[in-house]
Amino acid sequence: MMAVWARPVSRWGCLLSAARAAELPRRLRSGGRPARACRQLARAAALPAGREIVPGRLPACRRLSVGSRSPPDSAKDGSFSSSESNLPSVQQGQAKPEILPDLNAKILDEDWDDIPPSSALEVISEEEAVQIIAEPLLPIQSSTLREYVDHSETLAKLVHLGVDLSQVEKRQKAGQLLLTLDFEKDVKKKLLFLKDVGVEDNQLGPFLTKNPYILGEDLEALETRVAYLKSKKFGKSEIAQMVSRAPYLLLFSVERLDNRLGFFKNELGLSVKKVCQIELGFQRNEIQQIVCKTPKILTASKKRLKQTFDYLHNIMGIPHHMLTRFPQVFNSKLLRIRERHMFLAFLGRAQYDPAQPSYISLDQLVSLPDEVFCTEIAKASMQDFENFLKTL
Amino acid sequence: MAAAELAGLFAVYKPAGVAWGRVREAVETRLLRELNAAPAAAPRQRVRFLPTPAPGGGGAVELVAARVPVLADHPLVRGPRFRKLKIGAGHRLDVKASGVFVLGIGHGNKLLTDLYNCHLTKVYTVGGLFGKATDDFSDTGNLIEKTTFDHITREKLERILAVIQGTNQKALLMYSNIDMKTQEAYELAVKGLIRPMGKSPPIITAIRCLQFALPEFQLEIHCLHETQQYLRKMVHEIGLELKSSAVCTQVRRIRDGVFTVDDALPRTQWNLQSIQEAIRNCQLRVETELEKTLAHGEGQESSSSAGWGQLGMLGRNVHEQSLQYSTAATCQQCDGQQKERG
Repeated sequence: MMAVWARPVSRWGCLLSAARAAELPRRLRSGGRPARACRQLARAAALPAGREIVPGRLPACRRLSVGSRSPPDSAKDGSFSSSESNLPSVQQGQAKPEILPDLNAKILDEDWDDIPPSSALEVISEEEAVQIIAEPLLPIQSSTLREYVDHSETLAKLVHLGVDLSQVEKRQKAGQLLLTLDFEKDVKKKLLFLKDVGVEDNQLGPFLTKNPYILGEDLEALETRVAYLKSKKFGKSEIAQMVSRAPYLLLFSVERLDNRLGFFKNELGLSVKKVCQIELGFQRNEIQQIVCKTPKILTASKKRLKQTFDYLHNIMGIPHHMLTRFPQVFNSKLLRIRERHMFLAFLGRAQYDPAQPSYISLDQLVSLPDEVFCTEIAKASMQDFENFLKTL
Repeated sequence: MAAAELAGLFAVYKPAGVAWGRVREAVETRLLRELNAAPAAAPRQRVRFLPTPAPGGGGAVELVAARVPVLADHPLVRGPRFRKLKIGAGHRLDVKASGVFVLGIGHGNKLLTDLYNCHLTKVYTVGGLFGKATDDFSDTGNLIEKTTFDHITREKLERILAVIQGTNQKALLMYSNIDMKTQEAYELAVKGLIRPMGKSPPIITAIRCLQFALPEFQLEIHCLHETQQYLRKMVHEIGLELKSSAVCTQVRRIRDGVFTVDDALPRTQWNLQSIQEAIRNCQLRVETELEKTLAHGEGQESSSSAGWGQLGMLGRNVHEQSLQYSTAATCQQCDGQQKERG
């Protein structure tokens, strides 16, 4: 009986999109280890596979160890009416769901000649019937990962890790990549590698959302890059921080990393530093202090920096050394500084000299939320602040 | 759905120094953030028959019905519920100006066009500074010349303002397409209800001096079809007329049709609740305004003297508005009218 079932399976298998072959083996695998699967499901309440049973559909096979060229796992593809092709090219090539089905005419011809068609009305045993899971077809093409997430173990596990699939599917080819990956073989190792590098567990989800391509990278290449960073004398915690904040870092080849480090050292800070030194009149050591405290200032645009400094120095009358102590004011929006300063000036409380009474420090001016600023610093109500805003 | 219920017109107070597009985007972002933060519906469940090992062991498998949530409804898979909102803008304000800025959401955008066709006046507070002249007429431009201004007095300024108002009155009558020789026209003019109902160059319907402290001064301008740069140019020309020079330091819109500064929401109140409240508050006023206009529009088609009927009713709207906030304007208009007739 096994042999009889095998052939129709491989015949139907040719007909549809190759990608499902990658998914269904996983599904079948989980179906094949039913006890574990149930426990998994009970715990995670996630579906590795399947929709409602459509009764009376094409007969399905359970375990086909013989009669097909593919390994036992993928042979189970046949058990689904939405069968995948069991072509060896599929397992190696990892075809994508968005590609139209790849019909291999030769195989079809062979099968049609040798095998007599089986009937759907053949009698099967109870155990066989119980193991039939017939499901509707998966869409061949889709612009979202929603249709596939219920049928793919990889995607389900990624969702539970915290990866935002709605953002991943917007990237170029990232969705295809994820669908064709196998959780046990590829993804798991890379996740363990990332944990070794130092990315936290709860950060893995956002990390993969920003950089899903890392799952397609070669493991040796990734390890080489981390070794390179270590050779440049970055400590382990520093590397962990760098990798978490800049998820694309590990995608760069070693040469590119090298170039970027050199660039950061020499070029990037230079123009902004020059502006600070020459035009705004900061001393060298002051500039160094500012850059150490808020390195983000190096990425600020010159025009905005000049405007902010102009307002702070000329109109608010804050000297250079105060600005060196609180460089974070340069990062905040000019509008915010302007509104708050004008409100304080209107109330007569605009005192930025620490020697004078009722002194207001610059970081409090900028960083506090509106309500706290009104009640604590300006000693006025929110309503007064809003009325004042409307007169500007 | 909260997004579908959010529809109507409201006004925000645009701060100076930001483009109007940014203001519109900021409001949209804040609203989207609040709408997406609302708790979503629970994911659908479905019944699946999962193979479990049969009791008694032996490797036999039986199917057990289990209710599992559909993963396709998971928020991480589906994404945010609202990605865009249709927010339209009314009369625009340029970067340096501030003031009342009308926005419409959803179905309210249709009301925006209707309001535009009502041609209601807008009121600005314009601040000026004597003694300088710059290339873009504002105090942040390149300096062209400096002059003395000690000879300027308030009376001289007000004389100039009256002249300006007179010339604009003539333009008003011309562009409103009324035959001056009829009794109806006279009655409308006496009440101050004449207004151009189509395209026209900028017209100032009323202008007066609020504050005068050399070298600074402040004017209140009621106008139609204007741009903020036109108002700055007006300040510059006032300076020239007074044999000195002036630049404009501040342009602030305090009224746009039915919306005043009190209705406008400041930056701290750009959230869902305040906006819904603002829409409710302004709804009645906007509806009455538009009803009158549309009623005239229909009456207009039937009557032969088309322009007047419309103008008459609409003029009454203008009259009501102007009564609400400034009587000086209408008085000055009437004065202007009488001078002309005299």
